[in-house]
Amino acid sequence: MNTALLLEMLAGAHGDRVAVGGWQDGLSYSDLLARANRGASGIVERGAERVAYLGLNGPDLPALLFAAGAAGAAFAPLNYRLTDAQLEQAVAALAPVCVVIGPGGEGRIAPSAGVTIVDVAELFAAEPAELPFVGPETVAVLLLTSGTSGPPKVAVLRHEHVVPYVISTVEFACASADEAILVSVPPYHIAGISSVLTSVYAGRRMVQLPAFSAAAWVDLVSAERVTHAMVVPTMLGRILDELALREETLPALRHLSYGGGRMPLPVVERAMQLLPHVDFVNAYGLTETSSTIALLGPEDHRAAIGSDTAAVRARLGSVGRPLPSIELEIRDVDGVAVPTGVAGEIWVRGEQVSGEYVTHRATTADGWYPTRDRGYLDDERFLFLDGRADDVIVRGGENISPGEIEDVLLEHPAVADVAVLGVPDTEWGERIEAVVVPRGGAPDTADLQEWVRVRLRSTRVPERIHVRAALPSTETGKLLRRVLRDELAQPTEADR
Amino acid sequence: MSEALKPGARLASAVCSTEVVVVQVSDPQAVVECGGVAMVAVGSASPCSAAPRAGLDGGTLIGKRYGGPDAPVELLCVKAGRGSLSVGGVLLTQRSAKPLPASD
Repeated sequence: MNTALLLEMLAGAHGDRVAVGGWQDGLSYSDLLARANRGASGIVERGAERVAYLGLNGPDLPALLFAAGAAGAAFAPLNYRLTDAQLEQAVAALAPVCVVIGPGGEGRIAPSAGVTIVDVAELFAAEPAELPFVGPETVAVLLLTSGTSGPPKVAVLRHEHVVPYVISTVEFACASADEAILVSVPPYHIAGISSVLTSVYAGRRMVQLPAFSAAAWVDLVSAERVTHAMVVPTMLGRILDELALREETLPALRHLSYGGGRMPLPVVERAMQLLPHVDFVNAYGLTETSSTIALLGPEDHRAAIGSDTAAVRARLGSVGRPLPSIELEIRDVDGVAVPTGVAGEIWVRGEQVSGEYVTHRATTADGWYPTRDRGYLDDERFLFLDGRADDVIVRGGENISPGEIEDVLLEHPAVADVAVLGVPDTEWGERIEAVVVPRGGAPDTADLQEWVRVRLRSTRVPERIHVRAALPSTETGKLLRRVLRDELAQPTEADR
Repeated sequence: MSEALKPGARLASAVCSTEVVVVQVSDPQAVVECGGVAMVAVGSASPCSAAPRAGLDGGTLIGKRYGGPDAPVELLCVKAGRGSLSVGGVLLTQRSAKPLPASD
């Protein structure tokens, strides 16, 4: 049971269907399987146990993922946007490793002790070799986590995690022949990897966009009659602007899923208004859980937006319910489950949950993984996220969620974006500070403080409000709090 | 079957086109049958022409998991066939999976 088996099954059932690329010139499932097997031979020939990929997204990426699976090697897609120094560090963390260079990755990494370099075309030119037995405990994927609250870690996903994720959430070959999916998360993101596996197992043609822009996305969705798409929140806002500009409604599009960060409610509402024929899915998951663990489905979206009941309407801002194959609990700091409606840390358990890093394992002896994400469940088990556990501000012994204050500040007309965080304070332990990106001119900070005081209470009022042109974020739009925290711990003259 | 079952092992039916992969094992000595006849390691022998036994001919479906609360194994069917899967004559049941809306 390994990832290559999923491709083999589809190639057996629908070998002639296009697996990846355009209708006219794409690779069929049989082609992709043949290519993966050649790549696997190339990996076995080189004796590589870890295979990294540096290059733009393209048909080589799925081929390599399955090639590594068939060869029993761990696949580690690298972020080509890293600086040379960061890349060197990432590669060193993976050594001994064979780095496969694709388009855009040329000349970025030099061979060194434990690091071999091979061009992608050369790897796939290998003579057929005998492939080993690959058991479920073999490592399938190594991924760097986004590291929003601390330094990035290398997460370990084994075939026994990712394959059950696919076969328990996707019906084999369920896609009709005209379906095509465009996933706009980078291939070194967990959703980029899991989407290759789930799309292949569903028999849904993959369409790829090497670099995202809203205009290129809309062009490709129209030209390739894309039926399914996945985006991160920042992308959706830009796509909606582009659609409004062109008065385009993408009639072929049926299904749009989003995730990977906090989605502002007005954006979802606008998306549902502009694209009433589209099914929306909000997915929540982590690298360490092989992708999605909770989702808000199309019916949930419609029920929420059409409801007059505040609690039901609020679910549009939730990440939906845990998957049936996932156990999910909200626990307090002592690891004890809390009642419905109370916020705490999200703990999960299930076949797809790894919770393992190259350095250590974060799961308990009985398989529960503390996500470090905070959230609460409502009375029908809809999950509401409440930031990272590490982001909670402890001011004078009181736990304060930055999300609550951020939501209030975002409603202020002069605020385009905001981050609230705790800064070390001799009197309170931590004090609340906010970093605001203004909408238009510089906002009156006293006015913002009063805005929070009236809507929340005095203990929630940021003591200082800094103004910045932009907030630091990951490529998928997640706020990099640790960067801001480091900055605020060393205030500059520019701060008021 | 003399060889112990292990996760990831691939078995072929001796009576039809069914192939399975072992997902989980609680008893490595369990004998997995298809159509009432012990399955063999893929590639180890060519299937004979016998038909599945009566009552064990409901067939298998590709992409489905087979097991049961007391079954010593859980299997994923990777090629469909006419035989039914059993262990020691006890039919394995198809694990119900609720397909979810695509999320990635």
